Amino acid sequence: MKQGFREALKSGKFIITSEIGPPKGTNLDKMRHHIEILKDRVDGINVTDHQSSVMRFPSLGGCLEIKEHDGEPILQMTCRDRNQMALQADLLLAYTRGIRNVLCLTGDAVPVGDHKHAKGVFEFDSVQLLRAIKQMESGKDMGGNDLEGAVEFCAGAIVTPEAKPIEPQLIKFEKKIEAGAEFIQTQAIYDLDNFARFMKSARQYPVKILAGIVLLVSAKMAKYMNENVPGIFVPQNLIDELAGAPKGQALNKGIEIAGRMIKTIKDENLCDGVHIMAIGREEVVPDILAVAGLNGHV
Amino acid sequence: MKSITRQKPLEEITQQLEGLHRLYLVGCGTCATMTKTGGKEEVLAMKERLQGAGKMITGWTVIPTACDTMTEASLAENNGAIQSADCFLVMSCALGVQKIASYNGKPAIPALDTLFIGVEDSPGYFHEVCDQCGHCVLGYTAGICPITACHKGLMNGPCGGTNNGKCEIDKNRDCAWTLIYNRLKEQGRLDLMKKYQPPRNSQIVPRPRVAKVA
Repeated sequence: MKQGFREALKSGKFIITSEIGPPKGTNLDKMRHHIEILKDRVDGINVTDHQSSVMRFPSLGGCLEIKEHDGEPILQMTCRDRNQMALQADLLLAYTRGIRNVLCLTGDAVPVGDHKHAKGVFEFDSVQLLRAIKQMESGKDMGGNDLEGAVEFCAGAIVTPEAKPIEPQLIKFEKKIEAGAEFIQTQAIYDLDNFARFMKSARQYPVKILAGIVLLVSAKMAKYMNENVPGIFVPQNLIDELAGAPKGQALNKGIEIAGRMIKTIKDENLCDGVHIMAIGREEVVPDILAVAGLNGHV
Repeated sequence: MKSITRQKPLEEITQQLEGLHRLYLVGCGTCATMTKTGGKEEVLAMKERLQGAGKMITGWTVIPTACDTMTEASLAENNGAIQSADCFLVMSCALGVQKIASYNGKPAIPALDTLFIGVEDSPGYFHEVCDQCGHCVLGYTAGICPITACHKGLMNGPCGGTNNGKCEIDKNRDCAWTLIYNRLKEQGRLDLMKKYQPPRNSQIVPRPRVAKVA
């Protein structure tokens, strides 16, 4: 049995996490394939929770699959779709099935997704969810009642280092750490100088920070993200590099860029690890790790 | 502060009027007049459209304020035309519809959808100011309501969807928490934003909400 995620965080080694997105439907073949690829190469696998507000197979279901494949799941939990009773119940279930890591997120807005008339719950926000986990760990539910058997989680959260303005984001970041976040996975970063500046202030907090690495597959994707995805900024030199790749080689160039960034982050000790988001191309994560010189990491 | 309304599509209005042919139209001289959804002009335009759709209009009126206690007296003046109607078609917010629905037992059909309680920023532009959540937090948020001004109603700061001070759901809408941050900073009160805000109580007055005032 390999090391748990919390132990890996505490070990002081360079941490690598990645993530999978469950399918829309009941065919789990592709997700299982991705789990097989990732489980022995990374320290934890996030499972997204209806990412971009698109209804899918649940995050909790994906985490159970990872457990069945002897991997280490990180349960992404948003506050968009469940009230406090449903969130707590899912945490109870997760704990009893050996899931020990939770990433607490507010969740994307409903109108950006594919169920545009659905109700967005947002009874809790990410900070309140982190605190709820602490309360449940103390043996009490959010109604103040005793739990017959408590939970224990390694809870984490996210931050967007490229957010503009950054100051309100940093206030919330501090609140998340005060609420008990042990690790932070960042939104995608591409400008390592900006990131190094962010880390200068983030370093002072007792939390492990994993830099978000989103695989770029084309110059078009990079431009699209710059225009449409909040908190993501791909510098022009990377867009040019992708655009300059020979025909059919943009994906390989993206793999090279991601691997190179991870290597720099590790070599320059910019933060505690990376979180690799390949967004449907999880099969290339080993290639990214190979470029970074981290194949056979775990 | 006004009740902000929007006219329903004619198709939906006529669907509600299935089996009801003789209509008495009621507009409102307050909010619905200001939002140009149920003032005199709109009531007359609706009369034309419904006549065009084969309905018989027995009469019409614009009540000064459809939701207040004078509504009954105002309707009583038109009892003749009302008596010969199958129903009211009400061009006010839902408050007026409910008031008129209890007038004489005749059905009151809404011609408008009530969107929110808002104020006018510039002519024709309104924004929601209060969700009537029952626990006002404006004292901590520089007078900007995070329940109504933030799409997600967040209490502890912005989400990751904020972008250059705008909201994830619409680049033309401000991020409430950027506004709150800026104003608290100007006031030298940023400590308020750093303070943890616990989850809101969703049952301060359980629905149906009632209150007895002293």
